[in-house]
Amino acid sequence: MIRPKPNDRLIRLSLLTVALTAITVLAVITIFIFEQGLPVMVKYGLKNFLFGQDWYPSEKSFGLLPMIVGSLLVTLGALLIGVPLGLASAIFLTEFSSRRLSRLLKPVFELLAGIPSVVYGFLGLMFLVPFIRENLGGPGLSVLAASIILGIMILPTIISISIDSIRAVPDSYREGSIALGATKWQTVRMVVLPAARSGLVAGIILGMGRAIGETMAVIMVAGNAADLPASWLAPVRTLTSNIALEMAYASGEHRQALFATGVVLFVIIMILNFLANLAARKQSGR
Amino acid sequence: MKDIAIQVINFSHFYGQQPSLKNINLDIYRGEILGIIGPARSGKSTFLTCLNRLNDLIPGSRVSGKILIDGLDIYQPEVDVAALRRRLGMVFATPVPLPMSIYDNVAFGPRLQGQTDRQKLDRLVEDCLDKAGLWAEVKDRLKTSALKLSGGQQQRLCLARVLALKPEYILLDEPTSGLDPISTMKIEATLRLLKKDYTIILVTNNTKQAARVADRTAFFLMGELIEVDETEIIFTRPSDKRTENYIEGKFG
Repeated sequence: MIRPKPNDRLIRLSLLTVALTAITVLAVITIFIFEQGLPVMVKYGLKNFLFGQDWYPSEKSFGLLPMIVGSLLVTLGALLIGVPLGLASAIFLTEFSSRRLSRLLKPVFELLAGIPSVVYGFLGLMFLVPFIRENLGGPGLSVLAASIILGIMILPTIISISIDSIRAVPDSYREGSIALGATKWQTVRMVVLPAARSGLVAGIILGMGRAIGETMAVIMVAGNAADLPASWLAPVRTLTSNIALEMAYASGEHRQALFATGVVLFVIIMILNFLANLAARKQSGR
Repeated sequence: MKDIAIQVINFSHFYGQQPSLKNINLDIYRGEILGIIGPARSGKSTFLTCLNRLNDLIPGSRVSGKILIDGLDIYQPEVDVAALRRRLGMVFATPVPLPMSIYDNVAFGPRLQGQTDRQKLDRLVEDCLDKAGLWAEVKDRLKTSALKLSGGQQQRLCLARVLALKPEYILLDEPTSGLDPISTMKIEATLRLLKKDYTIILVTNNTKQAARVADRTAFFLMGELIEVDETEIIFTRPSDKRTENYIEGKFG
């Protein structure tokens, strides 16, 4: 019984093929994006791409800074809104609500993830944008509107992953803490959340990935002006919006500059993931 | 006349409809080690969790009768449960260090009460680890994770953590059930030393352990307190046939 049975080897081989295919597709896409985007970046200078403030494709001016800042701002805004709400909901559902309520509400939150992003965008455009315009000023189409919509859209991801990681904390930790005279809240804050930290961070990373990658809902509520936003109430264009808005009519170097936008987005996401993973590892290794 | 610290009066406990403790009457004296022996599912551990109200955490848990601790009826609604649990520190059967450093584990209780003075905490941590017989082994690695300690060390850490609460009572739920003989010996030696400052209630599956360390021993069976007396009497001439059978290993 030292060699695997032929049957096992066949299955192993076919699974390997499938896995390799998936990786190959991913690699091909990556190579293609870089192959299309890099030459134009090199031609006009990396610095001009990353730090140029003017995006006038017809005049060969490809400054991506407003879009980079835009993407980072709406993602940050989404996290500022989504993370506290999401964590609070997850903590309530796992530690403070009755089992029955928790069983009832978790699927409801997960249903939120199933709503198409265009519907979120539509709701934002119909209600949120006019609300901001009338109460806070500005055009309504703004960083703030995009942040709020994205903040709501990442809730299901953050909530359901947080719930799973909080539930995975052994009850013996809770008992131990309570037996030492801790209140429920002290136990959650000082024992449960630190123990669940790596899972919570993973949930936030996924939420962040969703926020930075979201396109449709953002296009509908962000205003899409390719300028550095002066405030939370100013319109903004993100990297993803930039590609989606201009892809239809772009050609030549303009088209390549959109691929370059993709390259920048790709690298930013890689860096954010790396940083978040680093943070998670550092904290859990204490 | 001995000083009665805890009075258990007509006390019963139920999980749902199922009675787990039936009409217990028991006085516990200040400064003694009370051993509680009995077969599995006899209600020994439940009795401990009733004393510090850890049973509150279990859905469907219900009590009747009274437990007076220094005259305070602990099932009155106005009792501060967190404060009660600090007075009755508990050590569990499985050592459960919290997922933090050795130092932070011991400092956890005092910090909950708002102690932040670094020097006082340092001294307290050293003192408690010393009393629990662990200081010499861990003094050079207080900042490492408590989860890396061996089982016996973890259990002594749990004891140190309880001592840091400055409790009046120590509840031990089969504290050596998962430990090797040498770790067991160390814990028992610690208990004998602690006796002069604390009242200790020791639930154990190991009747010999009760014989070694307890001043008095109580025998529980099927949720009933069969008898309680000086340890020597329980082990030499018990008044109930069932106690004798259990001690001689005829059942349980």
